[in-house]
Amino acid sequence: MPSVAPWQQGVLDPHGPIAAAERTILLNATVIMLAVIVPVIVLTLVFAWWFRAGNRRARRDPDWAYSGAIEVTVWSIPALVILFLGGIAWIGSHDLDPARPVASRSPPLTVQVVSLDWKWLFIYPDLGVASVNRMVVPAGTPLRLRLTSASVMNSFFVPQLGSQIYTMGGMTTTLHLLADHPGTYAGLSANFSGDGFSDMRFDAVALPPDDFARWLAGVRSGAQPLDAAHYAALARPGVAAAAATYAPVAPALFETILADTSKAPAATTMPAMGG
Amino acid sequence: MGNLSWDAIPLHEPIPLVSGAVVVLALLAVLALVVLKGWGPVLWREWITSTDHKRIGVMYVLLAIVMLVRGFADALMMRSQLALAAGNARGYLPPSHFDQVFSAHGTIMIFFVGMAFMVGLMNFVVPLQIGARDVAFPVMNSVSFWLTAAGALLINVSLVVGEFARTGWLAYPPLSELAYSPGVGVDYWLWSLQISGVGTLLSGINLTTTILKMRTPGMGYGRMPIFTWTALASNLLIIAAFPILTGSLAMLALDRYLGFHFFTNDAGGNMMMYVNLIWAWGHPEVYILVLPAFGIYSEVFPTFSGKRLFGYRSMAAATMGICIVSFMVWLHHFFTMGAGADVNAFFGIATSVIAIPTGVKIFNWLFTMYGGTLRFELPLMWAIGFMLLFVIGGATGVLLAIPPADFQLHNSQFLVAHFHNVIIPGVLFGAFAGYNYWFPKAFGFRLHRGLGVASFWCWFVGFLLAFMPLYVLGLAGATRRMQHYPQTQWQPLMIVAFAGALLILAGIVLMLAQLFASIRQRERLRDATGDPWDGRTLEWATPSPPPAWNFAALPQVDGIDAFWEAKRSEAGVLKPAEGEGARPLHMPRPTPLGVVVAFFAFFAGFAAVWHIAWMAWGALACIVAACLVRAWRTDREVEIDPARVAAFERGARA
Repeated sequence: MPSVAPWQQGVLDPHGPIAAAERTILLNATVIMLAVIVPVIVLTLVFAWWFRAGNRRARRDPDWAYSGAIEVTVWSIPALVILFLGGIAWIGSHDLDPARPVASRSPPLTVQVVSLDWKWLFIYPDLGVASVNRMVVPAGTPLRLRLTSASVMNSFFVPQLGSQIYTMGGMTTTLHLLADHPGTYAGLSANFSGDGFSDMRFDAVALPPDDFARWLAGVRSGAQPLDAAHYAALARPGVAAAAATYAPVAPALFETILADTSKAPAATTMPAMGG
Repeated sequence: MGNLSWDAIPLHEPIPLVSGAVVVLALLAVLALVVLKGWGPVLWREWITSTDHKRIGVMYVLLAIVMLVRGFADALMMRSQLALAAGNARGYLPPSHFDQVFSAHGTIMIFFVGMAFMVGLMNFVVPLQIGARDVAFPVMNSVSFWLTAAGALLINVSLVVGEFARTGWLAYPPLSELAYSPGVGVDYWLWSLQISGVGTLLSGINLTTTILKMRTPGMGYGRMPIFTWTALASNLLIIAAFPILTGSLAMLALDRYLGFHFFTNDAGGNMMMYVNLIWAWGHPEVYILVLPAFGIYSEVFPTFSGKRLFGYRSMAAATMGICIVSFMVWLHHFFTMGAGADVNAFFGIATSVIAIPTGVKIFNWLFTMYGGTLRFELPLMWAIGFMLLFVIGGATGVLLAIPPADFQLHNSQFLVAHFHNVIIPGVLFGAFAGYNYWFPKAFGFRLHRGLGVASFWCWFVGFLLAFMPLYVLGLAGATRRMQHYPQTQWQPLMIVAFAGALLILAGIVLMLAQLFASIRQRERLRDATGDPWDGRTLEWATPSPPPAWNFAALPQVDGIDAFWEAKRSEAGVLKPAEGEGARPLHMPRPTPLGVVVAFFAFFAGFAAVWHIAWMAWGALACIVAACLVRAWRTDREVEIDPARVAAFERGARA
């Protein structure tokens, strides 16, 4: 038997302030909706049963087709619910805007995320290192993610940390997250991107600050640089065999990828038409 | 032959080959039966070339049922794959095949099951309900149907010649661009939707014109049956939305065929333009499907409660409200593109606003039952099943409309559960309610009740088993379109979902059994009155099946539920409109134009997929030629002798 319940390790088990706030919104909105749909389901069953043709005790009124009071009520109930949920949507959209930094006393760590076919590249521009399919971050430090894609669209998503966001070729998106406990959280692509899509999984590993420093030193002592040749090998379509780390990283690699993905092709290749 | 060669037939993949062979054998068997029984000429004269809206409606529904079986086979493959592929297991469908299966499932279920079923029911019912003899453009109606059928055929050909798209049912670029999808799959998708989309647009124009211009004397907008109101809203949406689909597909085709850069990563293209456009069509599309279903429920609840619809004006207003607001919500399909808080909040709230008129409808159906006398016939069972399940889907829809909640649930199995929760109980249950409700009108006998009840319960319980686990899996972080997953703790729920799919399979088998049993026992199930359910609207005033001309004399309408009021009046029958009954009737002649145009459209599409230029241009030229030949013909109508009409009426009323 599986050791964890199916719903654990998902969005209901948050390990960061963004995911926690989103869970609160999810639960609040669910309770509000239940307050409407449970009575509707019960009334449907009650009315259908009571007014069955065989019930002699039911009072019939075949011409009753209008009641001003009921009309006002049936427009008001959903309108009030939506007014309330609309408020949640407006406030929530602004508070949890992916582009809005997470409030914290520590300065944020910038990680540049590139989705490749079919793997994730994490570049730490200020630290000069990079990692594939494993995003290692210090717990308790806010993260400023800048994301793009070197091929088709994907969606960067670590359910236990919060909000997913698209990665799109030639464009960047920004996402702020924070992991408040050390731990390993499952990450994935949430937007279908081709044959290797199901293997576009990564670990988001939050380490205590000391362990993070040790991890960083370990990566820097490895002798695998991420230069143009290594990047070209990485960008070839395929599923990553294992997580890998790189240091040093070619300067402005993220910006180079962004520019290369959207530039005009050197020679326009016209697909042949005709028979 | 362009890019077409023998390599296109996937001889090394047994699954598509076997399923393709089954389809071909089934077609040959039907063809052999038709030839052996000598049904060919009748089939050609009375059905294939028919311009009668009722026959065309029936053919649409038949197409929908056939495609439901095809689309459901895809669903079973997906569910069984995911029940197996946990942990280190990879199941039996490799990604290259699994990706085609889910793309085909979505495309077929929306375009060729949902749309075909709803357009078919609207075609059959609307002219009868508004007291018209046919639709405004009967020949165009035939063209619309056959184009839809040609699109369906093209999709099925992709099963055995080449491949289908591996991109998902909306084929987002740049994945669907030549750089990432060099095969013919996306081209099959493009051209089958382009061809059937033209058919749908023509059908939308046709039905809108019919409702606006051809209502019987006295039927003002305030007296239209609610199903006709929803059909009007739905067809207005078709006219407004389908050109966007056509345009988006055309731009993607230009990218793929002529090296344009509308949606590519490079050279100034932008994929998000496509995503915006496709959803500007795609969200109204959902309401194109569900509004007529709401209309069916609005007919079923009053009829089987023996009571007027509660809040007629609210219902009409809610329908038109949904029609308009549905165009202002498309961005909720991609809150996660990072548009910013104001934009997301606007579209989130606009989306939630649709829940208001929908909620009003739910309450009005409730109060329609209140004080009624409920007869639990099949249509009412589907309608009550809808009420119980649809509110759950509506509620999860409002959850997804809140942007920060969507950031966590977008593209997950929760979303998959949500849209099946609105489309199956909403659209499909409505289609089945309508099918059981109007079947006796179309054929003069009812559908078998026992088998129908068994089918209903299989669908109802099967739906709960198949989709409730997906809500939980979505919350657990399971994403959609995954071919395998490492989390073994998800497997038990995946197996439950597969069991649910098997129960739905039993529901489909029972539904087909119901049809065959009903045909065999048609004498026992015969309805001679034309009004088996004690109906309220004009279609029940005609004999079953109605004659080609529907009404010998167009009825005069004085209020809502005209037929019901007439039955209660002293005369007991509808009054004919002034000046009716004296003149001979003119009905359009059968014409092969529709089937000929669709025949060549199919080859044009097939040729475009394989880059066979001579065939594509040749087929297009043949379409133009066929239309020109038709345009020069003068004997388009056939006069129906008043004596024949009178004789039919005497026979039917005897």
